[in-house]
Parts: sequence; structure tokens; C-alpha cells
Amino acid sequence: MSQQVFKHPGLNLGPAHGRDNDAAETVMFGFWVFLMSDSILFSMVFATYVTSLNSTAGGPGPHQLYDIKSVFIETLLLLASSFTFGMASLALKYKRSKARLIVWLAVTLVLGVAFLGFELHDFNSMFAKGGIPSRSGFLSAFFDLVPLHGLHVTAACVWLICLVGQIARYGLDTKTKLGIMRLSLFWHFLDIVWIAMFSVVYLAGLA
Amino acid sequence: MLQRPTESNIINGCIATAAASMVVIGAILLVTLLTRYKLWHALWSDWMTSVDHKKIGIMYVTIALVMLVRALIEAALMRGQQAFGLGGGFLSPDHFAQLFSTHGTIMTFFMAMPFLTGIINYVMPLQIGARDVSFPVLNSISLGLTAAGAALVMVSLVIGKFSTGGWFGYPPYTEATFSPGVGPDYWIWALSLASLGSTFTGINFAVTIYKERAPGMNLTRMPLFTWTALCTSVIMIFAMPPLTVATAQLALDRYLGFHFFTNALGGNMMNFANLFWLFGHPEVYILILPAFGVYSEIISTFSGKTLYGYLSLVMATMAIAILSFTVWLHHFFTMGQSANINAVFGIASMLIGIPTGVKIYDWMLTMFRGRVRFTVPMVYSIGFILLFVLGGMTGILLADPTVDYQVHNTVFLVAHFHNVAVPGVLFGMISAYHFWFPKAFGFRLNERWGMLSALCWIFGFMLAFFPLYALGLMGLPRRTVAYAQPSYVPLEWAAFLGALLILVALAALAIQLWVSIKRRNENRVLAGDPWDGRSLEWAVSAPPPEYNFAVIPVVKGRDAFTMSKEDGSAYQRADTYKDIELPKNSAMGPLIGLIGFVLAFGLVWHIWWIVILAFAAAIAAMIIRGFARDTTRIVPAQDVRQQSDRWLNAVAVATAISRADERSPANDGLAQHQANGVVP
Repeated sequence: MSQQVFKHPGLNLGPAHGRDNDAAETVMFGFWVFLMSDSILFSMVFATYVTSLNSTAGGPGPHQLYDIKSVFIETLLLLASSFTFGMASLALKYKRSKARLIVWLAVTLVLGVAFLGFELHDFNSMFAKGGIPSRSGFLSAFFDLVPLHGLHVTAACVWLICLVGQIARYGLDTKTKLGIMRLSLFWHFLDIVWIAMFSVVYLAGLA
Repeated sequence: MLQRPTESNIINGCIATAAASMVVIGAILLVTLLTRYKLWHALWSDWMTSVDHKKIGIMYVTIALVMLVRALIEAALMRGQQAFGLGGGFLSPDHFAQLFSTHGTIMTFFMAMPFLTGIINYVMPLQIGARDVSFPVLNSISLGLTAAGAALVMVSLVIGKFSTGGWFGYPPYTEATFSPGVGPDYWIWALSLASLGSTFTGINFAVTIYKERAPGMNLTRMPLFTWTALCTSVIMIFAMPPLTVATAQLALDRYLGFHFFTNALGGNMMNFANLFWLFGHPEVYILILPAFGVYSEIISTFSGKTLYGYLSLVMATMAIAILSFTVWLHHFFTMGQSANINAVFGIASMLIGIPTGVKIYDWMLTMFRGRVRFTVPMVYSIGFILLFVLGGMTGILLADPTVDYQVHNTVFLVAHFHNVAVPGVLFGMISAYHFWFPKAFGFRLNERWGMLSALCWIFGFMLAFFPLYALGLMGLPRRTVAYAQPSYVPLEWAAFLGALLILVALAALAIQLWVSIKRRNENRVLAGDPWDGRSLEWAVSAPPPEYNFAVIPVVKGRDAFTMSKEDGSAYQRADTYKDIELPKNSAMGPLIGLIGFVLAFGLVWHIWWIVILAFAAAIAAMIIRGFARDTTRIVPAQDVRQQSDRWLNAVAVATAISRADERSPANDGLAQHQANGVVP
């Protein structure tokens, strides 16, 4: 579809890249569609959580279990990681040195892993207060929703490590570039999902 | 069975053993034949690792046909049980429950879905003038996952038992408390594999249709089948995740003691009903829309006319795709929500009748004053129009909550959804198989056996399901193994005879394939256009080259191939040919399929080391694939030219035949043009 005017937004490889541009467009568009499907997955789990809010069955509820301070730190970590991934994308787009790209990616990874560490710590302290998934419908829904996001972040971290491996092996060829661009979409997407989680689960839960 | 040798136990045991041995014997036979004729290498390198959309499509359809055989035998067995069901019958309630659970699961996920996915895979890229789908390896992975799910259902026949919870697996019945065995686990993981595959398929098809169309193939010039493929893909993208969530949450309940849908501790089974039908109702339209597309192509082709009301058909398709997400609650009108909510969903459900009606009128008007040829696909299409209208009517009845309260959970409902699913989906898929078979394999299917099969299908269907409407109104509950009302017996027997007639139809279909393969040389259609086709898939040889088009066609309007036949630009030699880049074969599809199967099997039987190993293998496979770089190969321009010339030379010596002779051996696949009586 080379004569089509509309291109994937934010890609801008430009017509000079010819066939590569078209191929990249298809890959990126496909990933957007995947993210749409994934967002349905999250919204279903959100819906389950919201309908289960009062199903505590006499067990502990949000006020006993949530630690807003820790969650706020997690939010900051994740927002910062989105920013650093943005810097990595800019380094890629403006063809800065490979070292700069990798440093930004590494910082992103560290922030992502730190986020996961805090989250695990949260779950641990919830467990200690008797907040285990098999305790009530509410806790089942909580431990379906929040760790689902955590699993996504874990997958994104593994993907990031693999991409750095691919850069080490092949340099910045088309496939690694497209990989970074897709991972960046994924990373920002998970950030948006986390904002929803922070608002719906933690802020609304403690309100 | 040996411990408690009652008569019922012995009969049920014999049936179960016979079914299991059919699976085992079938597998052994297959392995023996493959070894005997040294076909393992060809199977692996020409088929299983192939990423050609055409071969993947054929493999999907093969899975669908195999599963169709099993599910139809089960259906006949159930009707047999009901015929003898006055005060008992020969099946135990548990055995009967397994039969209706597997029948529904297979027909939905492992017959209809693979069938339509296969047909779309084969036809859609050819119709839009593309070389392949956008993500060929992902396509192969989707196939692998679907095959793994189907294999899991087959294995459940031999090892352990399948679920007794129906194809929708409602908790709390399917919770560990009430169904402690492996049955629901088989159901959960088979569906999870299939739904993952379908999500990827939907993404792949949608992106293909958006991005890979030939120059000039605007959205409003796409053949209607491609339009329905697009809408179906969009529904898949949005409707499969709710199913994934529902099965995953049920799995968490069963494996880790969560409380999503349990009776106690805050579980709420209505969440399952909502999630499942938020998938389940759109699923109905995932199934029916491609069939609508098939009928549109067939009716237009065999009426020798362009499709009447193209734009209204497109609009109707999109309207159905959107409305499909607004009606899920009609599956549980009687579960206690307020009358207002029932009214909203009742009205939304009835609305779907409008675009469907538009389609029916469009098809009728396409036939009106056309030169209708009563070929096998056309007979299916006409049978479909008559029967589907009836099924739609009963659907409108059920969409009224007050009526629904009266007949819900009776076989009236069973009659209704079979009345739309069989003439709609199944007839559509079988007629698609007849329509595009010559394109895929280069020879036509036998007409006589096809006609016999079609008539047996149509009349067998009517005999099998019309009595169920009456039985439903008389109060026979669905899923019941036996009954105590003698007045049911004559109608049950009528339905049983209908089921037997459908088995005859199935046998005729098998004989047809065998006869057609034997006499394939009389029915070759190398030139590629046996039915005077209208869209681009008919513009290439039969079977098409692996790259589909030697030169990507330029599209000037709707019915692209008819236009080029009219202006004499069909069968043109190109001045220059270019090298064509194709994806290399990949083992990822069968590998991920195998890993998925092993993972699911380990989960069903709680063998944790297998689960961990398979999970690690899946991740490793994906990482290694990420590092793959050398993934394409080149077909040199010279080869393209040679193949193209060979085909065009064959076309040049073929005799163009009129439509009156299309069923004779003279049909080489070159159509005489109606308007001027000649071909270039």
C-alpha cells in the first residue's frame, strides 16, 4: 500500500526508506492492535475487581491492607521509567550513540525491576496481614488484577534484556529498532494501565 | 465397570472404549501410513513448518473436518439416547453430560472456528491481491495452538474424562467442590489454547486486510467475503480476551483456591456468566459472518450477477459486528436482573434482525433475474436462506424476555441455535469447501455425491431439529438424559432419524472426496477459473503459486477479475518480473503447538515438573526466535517468469466453456465470457 497517504503515527521513517517503511508500518500497526486486545483483557479484570469490592466475606479490606506510601513510590518509579524509555526512543530516533541508547535502556530496566521489588514487598506485607487470595472474592480479584500488571512488567523486563542482547549481537538493525519501538509502546501502555490501577484500586479503595 | 457389572455400566463402558480405541487406532493408522509411504519428511517440510497461508488454511480445514466427524457421531449418539430415553435409555447421565459438553465444545471451537479460519486463511489474501498474511509465522503459531487444543480434547477421550459442565462450563458446578476430576481442566486448557490462537488470528487477519491490499483495492472495492473476514477479525480481537479471563479465573479457583465464582467466601458466579457471554455472544457472529461472506460470493457467482446492494451488505455486516457486543445478557434473562435491564438487552437482541434481514433481501435480489445455476454450493445457499430465516424468527421470539421465561432451558432453545448454526455456519463452510476446493487442489469435486450430501444435510437437519421446537414447547428440558412423558417419543424418533440422515450426508461427503481424488484427471481446472469467478482469487492458476501473484494486480473496481475479463486484461503476460521475497519455513508453529499441548497436559494432571519445563521451553523458543535474522528467501524473477509462462501457455491451449458446460469434464477452468462469448 505504498500509495497510501496515512502512515502509522509516530513512526516517521519517511518515504525515503521505501519498502522498509511499509514493512515497519505493518509491524507497528499490528502491535497497536495487540495492545487494544490486551487492554480488553485488563478491562475485564478491572471489571471483576470493581464488582468484587464488597465481597470481603469478613476478611480484611482495602483499609487494612493497602500501603499508599509504598504504592506512591511504585507509581513514581514507573512514571520515571516511562520517561527514561522516552529518552531511549529519542536516542534511537536522532541516531545518538549506541552507548547512550543502552544506558537509557539500562536505567529503565533498573526502574522496572525496582518497581517489581516494591510490589512484591507490598504483596508480602499484605500476606502477613492475612490478605491472601484464597481469603475472599475481593482478595482474589485484587490478586488477579495487580499481579497481572506485574507479570506484564516482568515480561517487558525480560524482553528488554533480550533486546539489549540483540543489539550486542547484531547492532541496530531493522529488527532491533522495531523491537525497541514495540517495547516502548508496551512500556508506556503498562504505565497507563498502572495509572488506572493506582486510581481505581488504591485511591478509590482508600477513599 | 468390571467392579460393578450392571447392564448400564457395560453399555457405557463399551461405547467409551470404542470411542477411545477409535482415537488410538486412528493415530496408529496415521503413523503407519506416514511411515509406509515415507511421508514424514514431506509432512514436516512441506506442510507443518510451512508458513504459506494457503497450506495453513488447508491444515485448518483438515482439523475441522476430523473434529466434525467426531462431534457428529456424538450428536447421533445423543439423539439415539433420547429416542430410547423414555424412563431410562442406554447412556448414564454422566456419559450423556460428557457427550453434550464435548459436542458443543468441539463444534464451536474445534470445528466451526478452524473451518472459518482455514477458509479465510486460504481465500482472503488471494482476494485482496496480497502475497501472504502480514505475520506468516504468527499464523503458523495460531494453527499450532488450535491443533494443540483439539489434540487435548481428543486425548481426553483416552486418558481421563472430559468435563460434564456443558460447552460454557458454568461454575459453581465446574468448581473443584462439585467437579473434582480432570474434566473441567481439560475444558479450561483446551479453550485457553484455542482462544489464544484465535486472538492472534484476529490480529493477523485485520492487519493483513488493512495493510496488504493490492493497489486500487479500496475498502469499498473489497469482495464481501473479505469484508466479513475483517469484521470477524475485529470481533475476535475484542471478544477472545473475556474468554481468556473467564477460563483463567476459573483455573485460579480450581488450582489455587481463589474465590471468583465459588459459592462461599465472596465468589460470584454471575461474573463468569457475564465474562463468558461477553465472549460467547460475539462468538456467534464470529462464526456466522464469514458464512455470510461465503454466501455472498457464491450467490453472486452462480447467478452471474454482481452482488445486489454491496454497500448495504457492508453496512449490515458492520452493524452486526457492533451489535454483537450489546446483547450478551440475553443468555441469562432468567437469572434475576431487573426488568429494565432485560428490556434493554431484549431490544438490542431484536435489532440484529434488521441488518440480517437486509442481507437476506440483498441475496434474493442478487438471484432475481440472474442466470442461477443449481450447483452444490448454490443448493446449500438456497437451503440456508430458507432455513436461516426460520431460525432468525425463533431467535426474535427468544429475544423477548417474557417468551424466554417460558421456553428457557428447554430444547426449543437447542432447536433455535442449531437452526441458525447448522444452515448458517456449517452449510456456509461446506459450500465454501465445494466452491474453493478446485482453486486449492486443481480439480473439481464430484457433483453427484455433493448433491446427495447437500440434500441429506438439508432434509436431515429439518428432520433432526424441527421436532425439537415442538418438544421444547411441550416442556422437554435441554441436557436431560431421560424423560417420563410418553408423548415425547414419536418426535424424539423423528429427530433420531434426522440425525441418521445427517450421518448419511457425512458419509456422502467422505465418498465424494474419495471419488473426486480418484477421478481427478477428468476434472482438472488448471486455468483456475471453473465457475466464471468474480474476485481476484480466480485470476491465478489452480492451485496458485506459493507467492500467489507473479505480478501484483492493479484493481480498478468491484468484481476485479470480472472487470479484467471484460476489458481483456485477464491472463496477460507481464513485460518484466521481479524477485519475490518470501518468508522461510519455520518450526515455531509446530513447536509452540507442541509446547502448548505438553503444558496444558501437565496442568490437567497436575504434573508440575512438566509444567515448569514446558513453560521454560516456551520462553526459550520465543527468545531464540527474537534472535533469528535470516528469515526470508528469494524466488528469482526467472523462476517466476517460467512458472507464469507455463501457466499462461496452458491457458492458451485450454478451451473456454460456457456456463452450461461447467459441470462437464470439458471445464478446464477457463470461462467463456457471457457478454462477448470470447476470452482473450
